[in-house]
Amino acid sequence: MSSRMGTQWSCSVLLEAVDVTEYRKTANDALLLGGVRFSSRLLTGTGKFASRELIAPMLAASGSEMITVALRRVDPKAGEQDILRYIPPSVQVLPNTSGARTAEEAVRIARIAREAGCGDFIKIEVITDNRYLLPDNAETLKATELLAKEGFIVLPYMMPDITVSKQLHDAGAAAVMPLGSPIGSNRGLEMKAMIKRIIESSKLPVVVDAGIGRPSQAAEAMELGADAVLVNTAIATSSDPVMAGKAFALAVQAGRLARLAQLAEEQEYAQASSPLTGFLR
Amino acid sequence: MNMSFLDVFPRLEGFDVDRHLQAATPADVERALRRDEQLDRRDLLCLLAPAAQPYLEEMARKARQLTLQHFGRVISLYAPLYISDYCSNACTYCGFHAGVDFPRTKLTLEQIEQEAAAIAATGIRHILVLTGEAPAQTPMSYLTDTVRLLTEHFSSIALEIFPLDEADYRTLRQAGADSLTVYQETYDRETYKEVHPAGRKADYVYRLQTPERGARAGFRALNIGPLFGLAEPRREAWLAALHARWLEEAFPDVEISLSLPRMTKAAGAIPPRYMVTDKDFVQFMLAWRLFMPRLGITISTREAPAFRDRLVHLGATRFSSGSKTGVGEYAVRSQEAAPEQFAVTDNRSVEEVAAMLRRSGCQPVFKDWELV
Repeated sequence: MSSRMGTQWSCSVLLEAVDVTEYRKTANDALLLGGVRFSSRLLTGTGKFASRELIAPMLAASGSEMITVALRRVDPKAGEQDILRYIPPSVQVLPNTSGARTAEEAVRIARIAREAGCGDFIKIEVITDNRYLLPDNAETLKATELLAKEGFIVLPYMMPDITVSKQLHDAGAAAVMPLGSPIGSNRGLEMKAMIKRIIESSKLPVVVDAGIGRPSQAAEAMELGADAVLVNTAIATSSDPVMAGKAFALAVQAGRLARLAQLAEEQEYAQASSPLTGFLR
Repeated sequence: MNMSFLDVFPRLEGFDVDRHLQAATPADVERALRRDEQLDRRDLLCLLAPAAQPYLEEMARKARQLTLQHFGRVISLYAPLYISDYCSNACTYCGFHAGVDFPRTKLTLEQIEQEAAAIAATGIRHILVLTGEAPAQTPMSYLTDTVRLLTEHFSSIALEIFPLDEADYRTLRQAGADSLTVYQETYDRETYKEVHPAGRKADYVYRLQTPERGARAGFRALNIGPLFGLAEPRREAWLAALHARWLEEAFPDVEISLSLPRMTKAAGAIPPRYMVTDKDFVQFMLAWRLFMPRLGITISTREAPAFRDRLVHLGATRFSSGSKTGVGEYAVRSQEAAPEQFAVTDNRSVEEVAAMLRRSGCQPVFKDWELV
């Protein structure tokens, strides 16, 4: 017991020493989703936790400001026990349509979520292959179009496909959420090449969702230029979800800083006030 | 022409399972355990073999890791609701079969309402509706009304009733039922014939094709399984898992689950012919998990509390709790008065089971579906 306490103590000291929130103030580096500003680029989830009581401390430790909840797990009849009661009011709830097999079902779930008081955000999940939990892009696109027209802020979970990513933009999505690898697989960025192309071409924020099993993989996605990542399984099933949440937050911040530094460097070259080869007349 | 499990089944049942079970070596088991890609039916056979028994700890570690990854530290809870014990079948192992002499009961809709309210008051949101096979007493209109009524109290309605055709399933699906449970009881045709000597259930093939009819009718989840005790258990475990795998491949948008009911004593029923020890039970469950990482595994109150508590860490995903297996026992009549289909060994309340799960580092989930 005492050694466990010791580990936690030294970790919190370490986090205070490195104030990773400082850079945001100077860089004004907010994530914009559907017109809402988020200072954290780590999105989290509520599924798979040993206890719902772990959700709030995980959110506090990770600084995550948006958390996804499967509408199928929301139960207003449960009163104080309802999963929504375990999410602090300062954190944006992102209901998802888990369980939907068609666009029509996703649309109905989204409407129920709105009625249940979850707000206008909706993460579309339409899955017709339960073996690998891969999204059905055609149905996802249909649902996006319908829900965007109804004023939802639509975040579609998708197979990384550049064409579909453009179509989702035209359909009114607020971001695209390509998967890194199948949900819960912890395999990281198996789709790296495709995600990179989407990041290069997308006019929408790109949130890498699913399959991120280690903080290093989250950092990799951010270095690649993703605007945010969504991590659930790796945090929730960790034997210490609070510590894991912190670890992912630090990785996301590190990846983001690396990306910003990289962009600054590219900009420096692009402006080229004094070209490196300018002396060659 | 629709695909059917029956297209591949004759080849599987013709396979000399016993010989391969005996022939499996420790090296075969180790190879199956080391495989990173999807396990095939020969791997499954090795993991079900006696040779795998010394590897249970290793199998358990892998099974636990896969279950955590795919389902998390979570167990879903449900309760059974018996609405009628009228039955025209003659299943020799069942306490409700036609030859057992006891006053039969069928709940009225008002009584179902009372039962539903009592169950819902415990926090349960997923209900499993059960009947005997007596279409004259429990016709489609009664079943449809029951389902419709239950949608007021529950978020998910599963049916464990006599096999129907696709059109009737579609009707119940539209009324609000979303899941279907049907046990083959035994995959061994000879044994099947013997223990189902009369009634509609004597039709082996119609029963075997029931889950696929359910999937075609639009049920989003199927739960199947053998009743362990009737025929050679390892062969049953193998064929049931292959049935599940076939369903998963044929209907990828449907959640597939397996159960491992072991025969328990019931008044007027035959005793089990084959014993499945706790060790066998755990081995089957682990082998199934390694074979199908996303498989739901349902554990009923047939199993004893201490044993069920351990299964939480071995791949189980769903527990029944607070179960009453006699008609009307939740609210309508006392437990002493109602004959039971089988003896419940875990008599703990829903709250007690939920508390046990929490102590085991597991989240009890009451609601995991939304009727849309």
